[in-house]
Amino acid sequence: MVENVKALLKLHEGIKHEVYLDNENSCIVPQEVVDAMLPYFNKTAYGNPTLTHKPGWEAFEVIMNSFKKISKYIGAKNLEEITFTPSETEANNQAIMGSCFAQKGKGKKIVISEIEPINVLQVAEMMQKYGFTTQKIPVNNEGFVNLEKLKEAVDSETILVSISSVNNEVGTIQPIKEAVDIVKAKNPHALFHTDASDAYGRIPLNVQNLNVDLATLSSYKIQGPRGMGAMYLKSGINMERILEGQIGTQKLWPGVENTPLIVGFTKASELAFENFEANTTKMRTLRDKLVDGIFNELDDLRFNGPKGDKRSPDNANVSILRAEGEALTIELSLSGVYVSSGSACSRRLLQPSHVLVAIGRHYSEAHGSILMKVTRAHTEEDIAYVLKVLPTAVNRIRGIVGSTGVD
Amino acid sequence: MSRMPLPYNPKIMDLFRNPKNLGKMEDATVVAVAGNPACGDMITFYLKISDKDIIEKAQFESYGCAANIATSSIVTEMIKCMSLEAAWNDITWKRVVEEIGGLPDVKFHCGVLAVGALKRAIRQYFTQRNVEAPSWLPKEHTFEEKQALEEEELAKTLSKRLKPEAEKKS
Repeated sequence: MVENVKALLKLHEGIKHEVYLDNENSCIVPQEVVDAMLPYFNKTAYGNPTLTHKPGWEAFEVIMNSFKKISKYIGAKNLEEITFTPSETEANNQAIMGSCFAQKGKGKKIVISEIEPINVLQVAEMMQKYGFTTQKIPVNNEGFVNLEKLKEAVDSETILVSISSVNNEVGTIQPIKEAVDIVKAKNPHALFHTDASDAYGRIPLNVQNLNVDLATLSSYKIQGPRGMGAMYLKSGINMERILEGQIGTQKLWPGVENTPLIVGFTKASELAFENFEANTTKMRTLRDKLVDGIFNELDDLRFNGPKGDKRSPDNANVSILRAEGEALTIELSLSGVYVSSGSACSRRLLQPSHVLVAIGRHYSEAHGSILMKVTRAHTEEDIAYVLKVLPTAVNRIRGIVGSTGVD
Repeated sequence: MSRMPLPYNPKIMDLFRNPKNLGKMEDATVVAVAGNPACGDMITFYLKISDKDIIEKAQFESYGCAANIATSSIVTEMIKCMSLEAAWNDITWKRVVEEIGGLPDVKFHCGVLAVGALKRAIRQYFTQRNVEAPSWLPKEHTFEEKQALEEEELAKTLSKRLKPEAEKKS
């Protein structure tokens, strides 16, 4: 297997230009973020922040400053409301499992949208093993949650509602404030969680204005290091922690805080928020160029998700008909363009992206989808290169397809 | 979500990049398809068969992943100049996987589908000429044919679950 990977990588030798657009699944950490992290591995604050010595106190100070900054960026009331977790996956697990266990006895119903990311969807479904029920709210063809159906679903038994602020695949910006108002009007005790991993740093986000009880943040989704995330929990809300271990600096996460990664996440946040307007305008401009260019160059496409200001500025998702997504990702990789696909081809389940299916895409349209996310680090040259490479790749793959599967 | 790491071997990559026997065959004796775009993979096989039941030419088109393309291509190579009987008996999905130097587990079905399409083409050759099937051709579907049918059935079920067209907007 490893030999195969070596050979695969060899095929990529000689690539002159590389454009990483798979920011849904990982990211390139900017050098200034790496530089900010480095001293914390071995120069300073390398101690355990709970312990009574200099390196420990140094770590404690650094982590407290990070809490302060992150809480400021999302408009939290105080730093106690933030918990650092080892990624958004753990934050979503903690938010859902923890609040359900803490609310046990008050009700047993969890309400989520049908296009939640897998680490919300599967956790909510898993809770059925513990006697909770899960109801999924449908979305329309642009991915907006049906608020009428949400209103119908929330009842006195409902303990938790979870709807992402921005959908991770099709970029739909949900009307979270409206959704929270609807939920609280029907049941003031129901908690509202939002996975804000795809909103943080890309759209304005203020947890107090939104009146959410819980929120999830991700580090790598704003070009911070992988393996770091955070959970916001409004003061006064009951929560059970899902991991047990030593008593640490955080109530909800037992373990030794990873100070360098916390610093990296904080630095990435600073960079995203320092010039928030300029950053998001740049993303939007590059994204629009990319999408317009693809539609100019190719026929038989579907644009997935909403257009305009209801879409996250970084997200582009296009279905390329008569082409299979996995084949396309490989073909593009050989030219130095890295994207992901909603195709099911890597799974025997033969199930493509649940998000694309939920917004009414045919399976064949979902199999031919490619997901691209731009960052402020991308350049006009990057987009021009993608627009040069993509049509060639699509035409070659379509050439293999020929008339197969065309009605 | 093509997120599972798929370390394809060099032979698969070579056939993916430079597929052999690719494209529609205008003078094909028999054309057979297997799979469905709804499942993400579909293969068309074109065979040119001589009066003596020898496969003179084989070509393919494929809607699918790199493994699908490569396995289809290698099957067309393997059956060239074979008698239909030999092709029927010798070409199994296991042999295809072997010939291609191994497939990631989740991709075995690509080899199965390619062989399913071939077996269909051979069966079809006799039905379309309206001659009695030779004794070596079993009435029962082979494993590969059953798998292809199962996938196509699944595609139908999947299509039913889709939202009505009216709700859609491009």
